[in-house]
Amino acid sequence: MRDIRYLDDVATLIFDKEACVGCSLCTVVCPHGVFELIDGKAKIVDLDGCMECGACVNNCPVNALKVTPGVG
Amino acid sequence: MSIEIKPPLKHIQSENVSILPSMDRVSPVLFDEKKLKHSSPLSEYEKSGYVIAHFVEKFIETDAGPIPVVKRDLTLRDRVETLGARSGLTRNNYRIAPGLYAIGKPDQNSEVLVTANFKLTFDILRSSINSISAWILVLDSFGVNVWCAAGKGTFSTQELVNRINKSGLERILNHRRVILPQLSATGVKARDVKKMCGFTVIFGPIRASDIALFLQNRKKANADMRQVTFTFKERLILTPIELNIAFKPLIITTLAIFIISGISHKIFSLENSLNRGLTALIFLLIGVLSGALITPTFLPFIPFREFAAKGALSGFILAFCVLVLFSVKSNITYFSTSSSLSLLLFSTAVSSWFAMNFTGATPFTSPSGVEKEMRRFIPFQASAAILSLILWLYSGF
Repeated sequence: MRDIRYLDDVATLIFDKEACVGCSLCTVVCPHGVFELIDGKAKIVDLDGCMECGACVNNCPVNALKVTPGVG
Repeated sequence: MSIEIKPPLKHIQSENVSILPSMDRVSPVLFDEKKLKHSSPLSEYEKSGYVIAHFVEKFIETDAGPIPVVKRDLTLRDRVETLGARSGLTRNNYRIAPGLYAIGKPDQNSEVLVTANFKLTFDILRSSINSISAWILVLDSFGVNVWCAAGKGTFSTQELVNRINKSGLERILNHRRVILPQLSATGVKARDVKKMCGFTVIFGPIRASDIALFLQNRKKANADMRQVTFTFKERLILTPIELNIAFKPLIITTLAIFIISGISHKIFSLENSLNRGLTALIFLLIGVLSGALITPTFLPFIPFREFAAKGALSGFILAFCVLVLFSVKSNITYFSTSSSLSLLLFSTAVSSWFAMNFTGATPFTSPSGVEKEMRRFIPFQASAAILSLILWLYSGF
C-alpha cells in the first residue's frame, strides 16, 4: 500500500540476514510487501511500510525476524 | 429368580387398522399431501434444542456425519444483519456456530477454506467465491474477524488443530491441506499445524473475492492479492462504528457544555445555558463529524502523516468555515473574539482526538507509530481543550 503511508522511521522490525534460510514465507504472509526474496534470501525492501503485525515473526522457521511493537 | 417369558403379542386387527405390534398400516391422515410438501429435507436434520441456521440450504451426508451446505446468495435478512453489525449495534454478538460447513457440491478432493465465526466475515466468504465447491471450516474466533482474532490469539494454531480434529475432516478428505486467509498468519504458525495434526497450511489471498483466481492459478497469489488496501469505500464503511463509539462521550460532554455555558455574572443563567450551550454543541458536533467521519473518509487527501494532525486541520478548517457562515448570516452578539477562538480550539481538539482514535481501525498503522503520535499530540489536544474552556468561561461574563 504505497498510496497511504503512516509514520516513517518508527517500525521496530529487525531482520537477521545470516539466519535467513530463504523459505520465502515472510514474503507470503506480509500484508504490506515489506519483503522480497533476492538471491535466495529475504530482504526488507519497504521498512516504513511495516505495521508490526507480527505475521512474519510468527511464521519464520529460524527466528530471523523480530518486532517489538510496544503497547500502541 | 425366574424369568417369565411372555408370548409374542398377536396381531390385533380391527376394521383395517392394524394396532399392534408393527403398526404396518398407518392412519391415512399421515399421507396427507399437504403435510408431505411441508417435510423438506431440512426437517430431517432438526434436533430438539437446536435451530437450523437460516443460511443453510440443505445437508449432505459424509463419513463425518451430516454437514450443512450454505447458500451463496445473501438474503434480505443477511443484509439487514450486516447493517446492524456495521453500525455497531449488534457487532459484539454477531457469530455463527464454529465447525464444518460445505458450499456447492464438495467431495473428497475439494479444498478446505478456513474462516472466522464472525457472521460478517462468513457472509463475505460464502457470497464472493463464485461457483467454487469447497468445505468451509469455521473456527471459534468469538465473533471477531480473522485479522483481529489472529492478533488477539483466538484464531490460533491450537484452535485450528482442535477444529480440524473435531470436524472429522480426515474421514472426508483424500488430501491433508487447508487454505487459510493470509491475515491469519499473525495467529497461526503453519509449521506447527503440520506437526500437530499433519495438515499443511496454505496461506491464501487476503480477500475472499480473490480465492477463485487463487485456485485457478494453482494456489499462487499475485502481489495484489497479498497486500491490504484501504480504499475510499473501505474507509467509509468503518465510520459508523467510529460515530457509535463517539456517542457516549458525546452525551456526557453535551451535558457539561450546557452547564458550563450557563455560568455568568448571575452565577447561572438559563438563557446563556441554552443559547451559548447550543452554539458550543454545534461546534462539538463539527469536531466529532470531522474527526470520526470526514478525516477517516478523506484520509489520504488531508496533509500530514499523523492522524491527530489530519484531524486537527480538518476540524479547524470546518469550524472556521462555520464561524464565518454564522457571522455572515446572523448578528449573534456573543460571537466575541474570545468565544470564536474558544469554539475554534474546541472543534480542533475534538476532531484531532477522534481522528487519532481511528488509528486503531486502519490496516496500516504500526503500534510504535501510534504510540509516538499519542505522546506528541495528546498534550496539544489537552491544552487546546483547556484553553478553549477558559476562553468560553471568560466570554460568558
